[in-house]
Amino acid sequence: MKRRTLMKLTAATSLALSMMHGPAFADAHVDPIVIGAVAPKTGPLAGGSTVSHWPNIALWAGQINARGGLNVGGTMHPVEIIEYDDQTNPGETIKAVQRLATQDEADFILAPYGTGLNIAAAPIFARYGYPQITSTAITDQVAELSAQFPNMFFTLGGSKGLAEGAVEVLVNLRDAGDIGSKVAMVNVADAFGIELAAAARPALEAAGFDIVYDSSYPLGTQDLSPVVKGAANAGPDAFLAWSYPGDTFALTELSQIEGMDVKVFYTAVGASFPAYYGRFGAAAENIIGAGGVNADSQAFQDYRAAHMAATGAEPDYWASAMMYSSLQVLEQAIEGAGTIDRAVVSQYIKDNAFETVVGTIDFDAQNNNASFWTVGQWQDGVFRGVASTGREGAVDVKIKTGWE
Amino acid sequence: MTLPDWKTVGGAAVLFGLAALLPYSGSGYYLGLGITIAMFAVLATSWALFSGPTHYISLATAAFFGVGTYVTGLGFEALPYWTLPLIAGVAGAVLAGLVGLATLRLSGVYFVIFTLGLAELVRQIITWSQNRSGQKGLYVLTDMTEAGIYWQLLGLAAAVFLAGWLIARSRLGFALRIIGDDETVAAHSGINTALAKVLLFMVSGGVAAMVGAILAPRFVYIEPSLAFAPILSFQVVIMALLGGTGRLWGPLVGVIPFTFLLEAIASNFPNQTTLALGVAFLVIVYLLPRGFVGLIEDAKARMRRTEGAL
Repeated sequence: MKRRTLMKLTAATSLALSMMHGPAFADAHVDPIVIGAVAPKTGPLAGGSTVSHWPNIALWAGQINARGGLNVGGTMHPVEIIEYDDQTNPGETIKAVQRLATQDEADFILAPYGTGLNIAAAPIFARYGYPQITSTAITDQVAELSAQFPNMFFTLGGSKGLAEGAVEVLVNLRDAGDIGSKVAMVNVADAFGIELAAAARPALEAAGFDIVYDSSYPLGTQDLSPVVKGAANAGPDAFLAWSYPGDTFALTELSQIEGMDVKVFYTAVGASFPAYYGRFGAAAENIIGAGGVNADSQAFQDYRAAHMAATGAEPDYWASAMMYSSLQVLEQAIEGAGTIDRAVVSQYIKDNAFETVVGTIDFDAQNNNASFWTVGQWQDGVFRGVASTGREGAVDVKIKTGWE
Repeated sequence: MTLPDWKTVGGAAVLFGLAALLPYSGSGYYLGLGITIAMFAVLATSWALFSGPTHYISLATAAFFGVGTYVTGLGFEALPYWTLPLIAGVAGAVLAGLVGLATLRLSGVYFVIFTLGLAELVRQIITWSQNRSGQKGLYVLTDMTEAGIYWQLLGLAAAVFLAGWLIARSRLGFALRIIGDDETVAAHSGINTALAKVLLFMVSGGVAAMVGAILAPRFVYIEPSLAFAPILSFQVVIMALLGGTGRLWGPLVGVIPFTFLLEAIASNFPNQTTLALGVAFLVIVYLLPRGFVGLIEDAKARMRRTEGAL
């Protein structure tokens, strides 16, 4: 009796499942293009990947299949996404990419999430000849990596560019007479925060700034008020925090409570999140941070609307658009090359420029996208790009006037 | 050595010889699984060498493993490659020796807590020195292949099994079994309990560091949060206990099914991996309280009974 109920249930479930899959593969004669995706759904990086990585994959696959699929040499092929959770563990990333390449026989595999996981997976991508278009790997070793892994591409830029972008904003403000030359700087003592601070220090000194406060704090620390008080007491004109999302929010909140009297307030990762403005509202006005987009461009406006319609959430103003642009590069390369031959597609990516939501992406000889946004600023509730290494649409930076 | 000894050694050698042929299967996928199995087999077996007889639960595997990856990360450009696992082994053993001297006079829960904190301590020291120097992650760009890594791990596994087999038959092994049964009795019998425990802990720590050194080229990019991930320590303990720590081969029979179970869960439940893993643990503990060793020994005992009845 019980068994029969179970069988009925199974039959009903499989029928329901086949109906759900039905419309996407209506044309039974065309094989779908199988695309693998590996990124954290659990573990320390899951918070970031569920905001800026996974929603873009769902959005992109939905858009492709809604228009009938990818046009490969005149035939429309729907895409089928196979997803795996790497638990923010490089060993799992390697295993999952290997599984996609050999067991699932994926036609293409999307680059994983984050610097460490992307680089750990690079040897496997290279061995099976998959192009790896990274959108969340930040490294200053692009030359070495692309020499060893010829089909690995980089779009997000390096920490040097990001830090120097922030310094450039300060230089422009000082030259305009808006700020003095006293800078307070703090960093989270973890990978990216350390690297940004290390790049910023010489750049600030070379530009003639006076670093009146320079301190670091451990990742995950609960009490940041000594750091904020110390920085405020040094009487700086500008406050720079090379921070991660958790401490970005905490530092901003404490500075607001402290009423830190600065004309420039910068926090690194997390400042571009819609939730940041959601949390601080008007107090976030004129805060600057890492990243940015050409928020007023039609391409970004359309992307933002589609992202909200498809996933119910806003994209952030940095990594989300970069991630989506890497998918656009892959899409255009497959259609442009007219084949799913991975060697041909990889070569096509190297040889051509791509129009994406962040503007034109044209990889240099080291597979690097040299044009990226470095600094953005909250202006009227939108995080607009104010400095970049060669992107169009930068708006003028404004100085911060209080916390109201 | 007696004839049964030669049979044991010979049988093990044949099994290792067969395992060494895996890279020739041509499947990168199974080679990848083979590396995972070899890695956890070495870690779990060396863990059980110490924790099996003494019943001290060590959660320090990630600390030693991380130290090993950093030895390779810092040294691979300056030193010949083959020296790195050896240096890592020495570094791991020295660290284990220091920790052991400080903590192995403690017992029970104090030791567990300290070993758990050790990985975090070493990680914070490395982070601190990075913060001082401005140096971020290390890039280990080598031309080491997966097959090369697999063979190194397999060789290390053979060494660990041989060492474990020899220790079990030595005075040290005997002393450890007595310590495990009753430490007071052991001390009264004239056994230097602290020395015996520290020695074994050094073996276990050195081996874990060697595994880290061998695997560093596979991860390519070394940073503290990845090298010292605490989950590794727990995975090793779970696999060893699932197999059973009473026999030298016990952890191995835990590692193999566990790796396939993890793989099956990861590929079939991409959105509920952690949940499925938790359910699997509950089922295992409920159905196999003595691990796979218990299961195998029950089966043996049943067979003997059946033979007796005939």
